[in-house]
Amino acid sequence: MDTLSSLADGFAIALTWQNILLALLGCFLGTIMGALPGLGPSNGVAILIPLAFTLGLGPTASLILLTSVYYGAMYGGRISSILLNIPGDEPAMMTCLDGYPMAQKGMAGQALSLSGLASFVGAFFATWGLIFLAPQLVKIALLFGPAEYFALFALAFMTLGGVSSTNQAKSAFAAALGLGLAMIGVDTQTGVPRFTFGEVHLYDGIDFLVAIVGLFALSEVFIFLENRHGEASADAAKIKVGRLTPPMSMIKQTTPTMIRSTILGFLAGVLPGAGASLGSFIAYSFEKRLVDPEGKTFGKGDPRGVAAPEAGNNAAAGGALVPMLALGVPGSGTTAVLLAVLLSLNITPGPLLFSQNPDVVWGLIAALFIANFMLLALNIPMVGIFTRVLMVPPRILMPVVAMVSFVGIYGISGSSFDLMVMVGFGLMGWVLRKLDVPLVPIILGTLLGNAMENNLRRAITIDNGNWWTLIDSPLAIGLWTIAIIGFVIPLIVGRRVKAQMHARRDEEGSLSD
Amino acid sequence: MTDRIFGVVGLLLAIGFALAALTIQESFLSDAVGPKAFPLIIATILGLSSAVIALRPDESPQWPALGLLVEVFAAAVVMVMYAQFLPVAGFIIATFFASAYLTWRLGSGLVGSLMTGVGTSLGIYIVFHLVLGLSLARGPLGF
Repeated sequence: MDTLSSLADGFAIALTWQNILLALLGCFLGTIMGALPGLGPSNGVAILIPLAFTLGLGPTASLILLTSVYYGAMYGGRISSILLNIPGDEPAMMTCLDGYPMAQKGMAGQALSLSGLASFVGAFFATWGLIFLAPQLVKIALLFGPAEYFALFALAFMTLGGVSSTNQAKSAFAAALGLGLAMIGVDTQTGVPRFTFGEVHLYDGIDFLVAIVGLFALSEVFIFLENRHGEASADAAKIKVGRLTPPMSMIKQTTPTMIRSTILGFLAGVLPGAGASLGSFIAYSFEKRLVDPEGKTFGKGDPRGVAAPEAGNNAAAGGALVPMLALGVPGSGTTAVLLAVLLSLNITPGPLLFSQNPDVVWGLIAALFIANFMLLALNIPMVGIFTRVLMVPPRILMPVVAMVSFVGIYGISGSSFDLMVMVGFGLMGWVLRKLDVPLVPIILGTLLGNAMENNLRRAITIDNGNWWTLIDSPLAIGLWTIAIIGFVIPLIVGRRVKAQMHARRDEEGSLSD
Repeated sequence: MTDRIFGVVGLLLAIGFALAALTIQESFLSDAVGPKAFPLIIATILGLSSAVIALRPDESPQWPALGLLVEVFAAAVVMVMYAQFLPVAGFIIATFFASAYLTWRLGSGLVGSLMTGVGTSLGIYIVFHLVLGLSLARGPLGF
């Protein structure tokens, strides 16, 4: 009951005109960003963070805007999957498998509205899951001391690689690179400068927003330049939507699918290191194995094959918020970016967030519900408008993306130095993506590096310089065990699963969920 | 082959990082761990993973032809110049040139590039500066 009254308070916070308008704007922008190939949820949120920040929005308002973008992008990714067989972002990859065949049969409108409905079901119930699971996790997290937190951070890095890359060495490299970047600047505990090479601009450290926008948004611009891909992937002739409402029988047929996929997707989202991509993959494969083991209808335009991955990826998007809010350790790329939002607003997520900033947490959760209904309302009748977005050619879109990124970063610091660092990160992101090095661990490293080091040093200082204190409590040992298992398992089975997931990967698919 | 080079570069980076960590000045008031230990741990992980990458390389990616590589670096140079000229020339002028260049390289025609440049720079100026009140770089002309 306690939870429900907190939720009611949350609605009281979220239901102001300003916040509702922000949620609506976020949903709209998010859907567009999700729909456009090359601009996934991570990029979308990354570009908007500095803007929300420089516009002087409060913590709750910024979070409402940006999580609406996050949810909206999860909805939007399916549009180009279904109409063009090009996933708008990585989690929407699986939707191509049955969505595009449905569109070819002239049922594009039905596929779009059915997937909109499935997205709604997934996200709606996952938000309820978040409400009930997060406070339980907080209770466990309150038992954590510095040593356990250090182990938890290590766990986040070690498990993240399993899903985000085919090569564990490369994800370890990425994590170390990110942590190393976080070390630049004045050491918070002793006040000595580290890795600054006498450059005054570096004394404050590298702003993680600069790193995020450079790695995600600018590297995308370079990818498009390299491929000389300037023409729109759609023209008016290709987009035929047709009847918009799915028949009742189709909804009835897919209801059990949606429920099963929501549960699976949510669980996949909560797991550290997994994200929406894994959620949609698991939901689709499980559904296929269950209802169509011989492969008669799946892959040929089965509505259940559209409902399953969409419910799965939206449920996973909700699930991924659980560890991010309760522990302060994000489980996926986009939640890492959302963590950056919180940190730049001077809010430290984690167990104390629920007791110290209940207005932020519950306002955010209420906003998720509001965003969900808005997205359902926006997506089913207005899907025609969003399909028009696909006709914007990247040669116009990409310069706009680049310039908006510059505007946002310049707005924060007003320094040309930061802009040049951002270009550097953009080039680095481009090279690393070529080398198949995942970018998410780098972001996570720059975000969590200092907190991780502080916990390490605090734990050891408390125990008078005894390093064994790190594996002294059962809780810490448990976390380390999970971390090691999470690192080793992908070495054995990971390549196979990833190969399946990426079998249909499109060059233009976004880099992460 | 790409991964072997990448691994060696990573290894050099790790060694450089470790050396830089060793030169960090210890403060006379330090905690039990000090400012060097964690960077050294990171350097170790960086070095080990680079070594593994070099010893067990993946297949090489498709590198673009030289012309396209030049294309990417030229765009980066334009962006760096944009960063330099932004405070000097002001937002509208600098953004016009940068976005016109990018859209031209992505395949717009001459007129299209100029139009996109003007549209992007004025559009962002109107939305972010006039409507939302974000402060953008001011040039000598006041915009």
